[in-house]
Amino acid sequence: MAALTREETANLIAEVLEVYPEKAKKDRAKHLMINDKELESSKKCITSNRKSLPGVMTMRGCAYAGSKGVVWGPIKDIISISHGPIGCGQYARAGRRNYYVGTTGVDAFCEMNFTSDFQEKDIVFGGDKKLAKLIDEIEMLFPLNKGISVQSECPIGLIGDDIEAVSKKAAAQINKPVVPVRCEGFRGVSQSLGHHIANDSVRDWIISNRDGQAFETTPYDVAILGDYNIGGDAWASRILLEEMGLRVVAQWSGDGTLAEMENTPKVKLNLLHCYRSMNYISRHMEEKYGIPWLEYNFFGPTKIKESLRKIASFFDDNIKAGAERVIEKYTPMMDAVIAKYRPRLEGKKVMLYVGGLRPRHVVGAYEDLGMEVVGTGYEFAHNDDYDRTIKDMGDATLIYDDVTGYEFEEFVKAMKPDLIGSGIKEKYVFHKMGIPFRQLHSWDYSGPYHGCDGFAIFAKDMDLTLNNPCWNLMKAPWQKDASEAEKKAA
Amino acid sequence: MANIMIRQNAAGGLVFYLPKRDLEAAIESIEFDTAEKWGGVLMLENGGSYFVDPIAKPARLPISLRARRLGAAED
Repeated sequence: MAALTREETANLIAEVLEVYPEKAKKDRAKHLMINDKELESSKKCITSNRKSLPGVMTMRGCAYAGSKGVVWGPIKDIISISHGPIGCGQYARAGRRNYYVGTTGVDAFCEMNFTSDFQEKDIVFGGDKKLAKLIDEIEMLFPLNKGISVQSECPIGLIGDDIEAVSKKAAAQINKPVVPVRCEGFRGVSQSLGHHIANDSVRDWIISNRDGQAFETTPYDVAILGDYNIGGDAWASRILLEEMGLRVVAQWSGDGTLAEMENTPKVKLNLLHCYRSMNYISRHMEEKYGIPWLEYNFFGPTKIKESLRKIASFFDDNIKAGAERVIEKYTPMMDAVIAKYRPRLEGKKVMLYVGGLRPRHVVGAYEDLGMEVVGTGYEFAHNDDYDRTIKDMGDATLIYDDVTGYEFEEFVKAMKPDLIGSGIKEKYVFHKMGIPFRQLHSWDYSGPYHGCDGFAIFAKDMDLTLNNPCWNLMKAPWQKDASEAEKKAA
Repeated sequence: MANIMIRQNAAGGLVFYLPKRDLEAAIESIEFDTAEKWGGVLMLENGGSYFVDPIAKPARLPISLRARRLGAAED
């Protein structure tokens, strides 16, 4: 079945919005659009990065999630203290499966939960003393940490604790960076501001630490930014870059270390995978250190080839030849993957609703497998993300910003995709509706999906999900005969 | 007044960036564009306009500046 036409999509949006009160309808209408490839700017058709409406189900997170969970958390040798009540830290603890090499509790700390566990008395009398004590204890118990970051939870901002002063004093005492991060959950409309705050704190407290120090550079130094090594993603990307002759100095921040981050200003080119969460620091490095940055996409062979060539164009003929060599080496492998899985996946329709980069980045990978993305949307994107999405998506496809639980279900019922890619909050709703589903935040505990090795896993996972025999068993056997006539997709 | 950043895109055009709002837009015209006087009114492709105090042309882009909003393009 072909995707919906422009009018059909418009009708669908109107129909879905019908249930809202007048004011909510007007507001939500601004967040839904029908893609038009001709458009240069998304400005006139979609509004993004706005406060979610009260009363609807939104999938967004908070600034703390963006800072602790996404940017700071995966740095393996920095201890990130969740400063505040205990729950935030516990639920943000290694939930994104940012893999790393190291011994947890000795020289790597991502999977551990460090928190000041606020009680009533800390709210009443302030938690600064507790924080100072906590830093002392950390230093005693985990002497191999390379630095500490203090991730504020909501109460810290509300009671006005001076974490900056405590951090400064502690940093002088233990002679390591102690970074106060003002990422209270109530800041901003989504986790997006948390990324920004985290980037700013890296800029202010870390990036210039080794300015003026000697560092042995090569002309081929690059840094991977915005790759959080989910299920090993950054490793799958890194080997491609290294095989083409580049030297990867730093990984931000999956499997990354403080030393790598401090050395990043010495690289020749910043490679930016997740634009949304790390463009801020790339822009800063471009201004202060004159390092150009480049967005790339390592999902699916078409985009990998394109990106490798784009990256190589910043370097000399050596690297350009290297890129061609890498492409040549991996093309047979990827062709084999496509030959195996494309017949099983051809023509299937996918709907996506993910976070910062995947709603547009994985489109190429699905297209390589012959699948069609009929709808996509972001939880917390800004308009610059939608500008980039318009180019990647087909004409007349549906694009939704901060989609509500109700809208997403209705869109799915009407468009009947064969596969949905979204997060854990949506997963079981759609499983119960009988629709194959993959989590695209955590790769559904699989991965990596980046790079050439990742593509093979991606294709296999999509096949296993879509062609799983369980989808034929959605009806109980005694209901089968009667229901054959009224074959309604539940 | 807002902090803004002006950078050059791959095609050589100027791009305006307002970190506070994550607003990224190409600059359509810049009032003064000579070696000794650079800046003034910036017209953006999204219809907005900003004013930056003219300075000597920066040796290297991107550059962070303070800008005043003249015409709103927001929403």
